[in-house]
Amino acid sequence: MNFAALHKYASLMHAYRLSCRLSPWLAGLCLLLFAWGLVGGLLLAPADYQQGDSFRIMYVHVPAAWMSMFVYMVMATAGAVALVWKLKIAEIVARASAPLGASFTFLALVTGSVWGKPMWGTWWVWDARLTSELILLFLYLGVIALHGALDDRRSGARAGAVLTLIGVVNIPIIHYSVEWWSTLHQGSTVTKFAKPSIHIDMLVPLLVMISAFQCYFAWTLLIRMRREILDYDRNASWVRDLGRGVVTKC
Amino acid sequence: MLSGLEAFLHMGGYGAYVWSSYGLACVVLILNIVLPLRAERAALFRITRREALGDQHDATS
Repeated sequence: MNFAALHKYASLMHAYRLSCRLSPWLAGLCLLLFAWGLVGGLLLAPADYQQGDSFRIMYVHVPAAWMSMFVYMVMATAGAVALVWKLKIAEIVARASAPLGASFTFLALVTGSVWGKPMWGTWWVWDARLTSELILLFLYLGVIALHGALDDRRSGARAGAVLTLIGVVNIPIIHYSVEWWSTLHQGSTVTKFAKPSIHIDMLVPLLVMISAFQCYFAWTLLIRMRREILDYDRNASWVRDLGRGVVTKC
Repeated sequence: MLSGLEAFLHMGGYGAYVWSSYGLACVVLILNIVLPLRAERAALFRITRREALGDQHDATS
């Protein structure tokens, strides 16, 4: 019983402190990875034999698109944990993930469109990959709206988690859309059982940029969680101590 | 013949597409750092003010 009480009151405070402690390290790592990936992608990688220099859009488009799905799965896992075990920290992770996932999805859609114009001759087509990614954006926006729609933040988190879990069905559709349907969007050149059909000089900056986006997500998730924690625990004694200046802020 | 920097900015004729993509990504990624940090600071400010007003109230009552 004692442990349960401790867990209940202490966990959000510890998450807040942990976020404060980890953020600068993640920020530094993130900047290093972005610097390496950008130099590799914009300066060192050779121009594509078919697409010329336009392929360099890939270094923001592909990481953003991967993250749009990865963050959704993080949000869905956190949502499931929140529904089953009613953990506040899981609700907070889901809440903090949603705007980040929406941002990555928005970036993937817009950079894809800007890449599509010179390569496909059109900004947009209603093809399976593009349409399912657009649905992903609407799912994120729906979840964000639900999180904010209910006065009780815990009910809002539960409603958001239910929509998130229903929307999980869209993730394999996005991933396999280029195989199941004949689409204008090209197939994967990295995740294949055979050797990747992308040159190593182009592949390395891509993998570095994907790591940079992962690191960025971890960093900004922690930042967003701090604000949510202050909201959730606003009447807890440790938050009151923060307000009184008894303990130092982040 | 284009100089090094001009060639880099020109991106083989795709400069407008490439740089608008990177520019937008930069803006979105930076906003996702700045806005939550500001929201956190606002939340901390509200908490500090609440505690300060609470103390005052305690003092007068």
